[in-house]
Amino acid sequence: MEKQAVQRAREAFLAGRSRPLEFRVQQLKSLQRMITDRQGEIATALKQDINRSQYDTPLFELIGLENEISLAVSKLAQWAAPRPVERNLLTISDQAYIQPEPLGVVLIIGAWNYPWALTLQPLVGAIAAGNAAVVKPSELSEYSASLLKALLPRYLDQELYPVVCGGVSETQELLRQRFDHVFYTGNSTVGKLVMEAAARHLTPVTLELGGKSPCYIDKDVDLRVACRRITWGKFVNCGQTCIAPDYILCEPSIQNRVVEGIRQTLLEFYGPDPKSSPDYGRIINQRHFNRLMTLLEGYTATVGGQSDSSQRYIAPTVVKDVPPQARLMQEEIFGPLLPIVTVSDIDDAIHFINEREKPLALYVFSSNKKVIKRMLAETTSGGVTVNDVIMHYTLNSLPFGGVGQSGTGRYHGKHTFDQFSHHRACLVKSLGMEEVNIVRYPPQNRQKARRVRLAMRTPLVDFSWKTYIWAVTATVFAFDFLFSPS
Amino acid sequence: DLSEFRDRSKSGSTGQHMTIYEVIDRLRATFRSGVTFPEQFRMTQLQNLLSLVEENEQLIQDALHKDLHKPKFESVLSEIQITLNDLYFAMENLRTWMQPEYNIGKNLATRMDDCFIRREPLGVVLIIGAWNYPLHLILLPLVAAIAAGNCAILKPSEICQATEQLLAELIPKYLSQDCYAVLCGGAEDTKSLLKNKFDHIFYTGSQVVARSILLAAAPHLTPVTLELGGKSPCFIYGHIDIHKAAKRLCWSKFFNTGQSCVAPDYVLCTAQTRDALLPALRETLRTFYGPDPGASLDMGRIVTPRHWRRLMDMLEKSKGKVVIGGESREEDRYIAPTVLVDVQESDALMQEEIFGPILPILTIESLEEGIDYINRQEKPLALYVFSDETSVVTTVLNNTSSGGFCGNDGIVHMALPGLPFGGVGASGMGSYHGRWGFETFSHRRGCMNRSWLLERVNVLRYPPYSDYNLGWLRWATTFKKNSWGGCSVM
Repeated sequence: MEKQAVQRAREAFLAGRSRPLEFRVQQLKSLQRMITDRQGEIATALKQDINRSQYDTPLFELIGLENEISLAVSKLAQWAAPRPVERNLLTISDQAYIQPEPLGVVLIIGAWNYPWALTLQPLVGAIAAGNAAVVKPSELSEYSASLLKALLPRYLDQELYPVVCGGVSETQELLRQRFDHVFYTGNSTVGKLVMEAAARHLTPVTLELGGKSPCYIDKDVDLRVACRRITWGKFVNCGQTCIAPDYILCEPSIQNRVVEGIRQTLLEFYGPDPKSSPDYGRIINQRHFNRLMTLLEGYTATVGGQSDSSQRYIAPTVVKDVPPQARLMQEEIFGPLLPIVTVSDIDDAIHFINEREKPLALYVFSSNKKVIKRMLAETTSGGVTVNDVIMHYTLNSLPFGGVGQSGTGRYHGKHTFDQFSHHRACLVKSLGMEEVNIVRYPPQNRQKARRVRLAMRTPLVDFSWKTYIWAVTATVFAFDFLFSPS
Repeated sequence: DLSEFRDRSKSGSTGQHMTIYEVIDRLRATFRSGVTFPEQFRMTQLQNLLSLVEENEQLIQDALHKDLHKPKFESVLSEIQITLNDLYFAMENLRTWMQPEYNIGKNLATRMDDCFIRREPLGVVLIIGAWNYPLHLILLPLVAAIAAGNCAILKPSEICQATEQLLAELIPKYLSQDCYAVLCGGAEDTKSLLKNKFDHIFYTGSQVVARSILLAAAPHLTPVTLELGGKSPCFIYGHIDIHKAAKRLCWSKFFNTGQSCVAPDYVLCTAQTRDALLPALRETLRTFYGPDPGASLDMGRIVTPRHWRRLMDMLEKSKGKVVIGGESREEDRYIAPTVLVDVQESDALMQEEIFGPILPILTIESLEEGIDYINRQEKPLALYVFSDETSVVTTVLNNTSSGGFCGNDGIVHMALPGLPFGGVGASGMGSYHGRWGFETFSHRRGCMNRSWLLERVNVLRYPPYSDYNLGWLRWATTFKKNSWGGCSVM
């Protein structure tokens, strides 16, 4: 069944349907309508999947998606147009440009924590770039997956953008087919399997993975605001966000104030009993619930710590003085548990971060420009937000993606379009200027070789200021020579 | 012990044996220390690489001649000068490339923030070279890797032994031995090398090996750039000056004895064009190489007896008719520039990339027929069209795909540093040359430096949630069409 869906998509792509710009715009506008019309149903599905609050849905899933669609519709002509490149003197009369082209049939594998945003945002770029796309939503967010399968064919071309649902075996079957690009959002274990499967067909991949995103709090900072921002980013979607601040690094002298700041904020956000707050989420399934509870074993929570297995509820939890070798610090938490690890100073913090795998996001809270500069210069990560968390995700002109174990490739805004395009280098020469070419043909002799070398060297080959000045000077001298009285 | 490499980095000494792991560890430790990050360091290394090439031109030419019987002219043009040009270009532009990119659009909610994209080094990268242009195919990626601030391990092709030895000797003499190492060895050694983790792998070569490299990279989640090949088609169609076209076609096809990944592999034209083309080809070949190309100093040789055998097999099995050339000599691995006509799709010459001085001509009756044929094959690395008619060029461009494209010439699109050089589909993934190489070996890190102000706006996003807050937040963050400068207020 999976094979047929891919086959049909490929035939539809080869027929050329997805290429005209008007078609792409029309599909994108249709996708927009789907989101606007069906917002209620989407919110219900999310509530059933993950107890998402009715406000978190538009905020985290839909507004971003709508913005991406508007941007793509508005800029498509510009993005798809040939992009001229700088020429040198040898190619001055030629056309040289980069033409973005569709890749063909792409596979988009979504994730369960933001099942609509993470599945449909890549789709926006894939459609905009003129591809056909097979969409495979995560089976863990089953209500959203079923809803997507029911809705998408009603709004988009059924053959070009089929939705394939299923579990591990269906995904494996899909990965056996040949695609022109595979876009995967999820964890690194499966990421490696995706890359391996794609390798057999020499298919390029984009992997949006995760990791432990560190959050360094400098002692020199307005802790009230910092803690509020961190608390928001950590506990939204019950901590199940790939760029949630995973753990905090701070000096022992401010640890207690950080804990108090978070405790205070939690009261403001969710009240004394988060379980009864409509704005606090739940863990996606029993397996992840158990995994998180295991991480807490042996540690006493400083804030929170309560849980209710029947509801898959875990209270917003903070743990102080966590040792680096604790289980909490070995894997990405992806839940509402916030460890605080103490470090002696910024050097120690940088060292701590660099000893570990490159994270998807890095957060620094400081009023000291030098501290911020050092953090940025001496570490690496997918992306960074300074003095806040998560927000770099929301600006679609910033490329969003990982590095090292946190992923490869990037998207958002124009970056998605570029990721799903082939950038074809085009040089269209004229058959004129053949005299220049003659020096490169055999038979070769010393004089010819010297001439061709001269022709190839800078300044004739580059387009720098040096060339410009040389050309102007040469012209001035030439004129002077030609017109001076002799 | 297959896992041991002779580390010639200890130049002048008796060649202390170091395992791969020790070399990689040393490079990784150097990278961690941050010494490759500053602009000055990168500039110095690039300058040293420039000296390496400039001061050893004769040695390089000799090595290339020994390995490939490469004429001096070709060595200078396609190996030395192209490397020098890329170095000049990189040194000229390094500062600009290294600057964080600030010119990106912002919305109302991020108006007061500092948003930029940093280019950061990846770490320790592996560059695997190829045998057909053994110098530039390994040095151009090295230029990009150095410019981007990485440490690099070079694995030159073992088929070109003289060049491999030369690189192993010269690189440690000119470049920092703590940052860049040359590891020599065969297929088994490369397999061991690939078991290690790298931060990027850059491979130029064949599809078969590319697959095993991707499979080796997957468990480490290492990003890979693959510069592969394919059968690059060449259309000659419509109104065209057949003599000029023949010259450019012959030059691109027989340069380096056809052993270029972007050589025009085969020609597609009508019977009429073919009849005009053949005498033009004969005349051009005579002008280029004289009546006996085997005696011309400007004609190269096939790289190894194995490849010579491969090409002779293809030629023997072919059902096409040889109309030009066809001579060969096993002792010095010579094959004359050869042209065949009446070649069908199913021919032995049309099943794999030729990579030799053999040019099949396929006759088509219409442009569409040719385009259909091309689209039934894998996407090639390059595609060529010789035609005076813009409509022909446009039709082919719009209805096909390929790594790169050149109209009315061959190969030279590679020489423009502003154009990315790379494949698509089976011809590869990723690209390099000029700034594209720098981007390949860098991580683009999106950074947002939020201001402490506008906390009042931030408050809108915090729980307890309400419709009122949501309404305002929506308004502040929605992208409005026709907004200029990303400002969504007016």
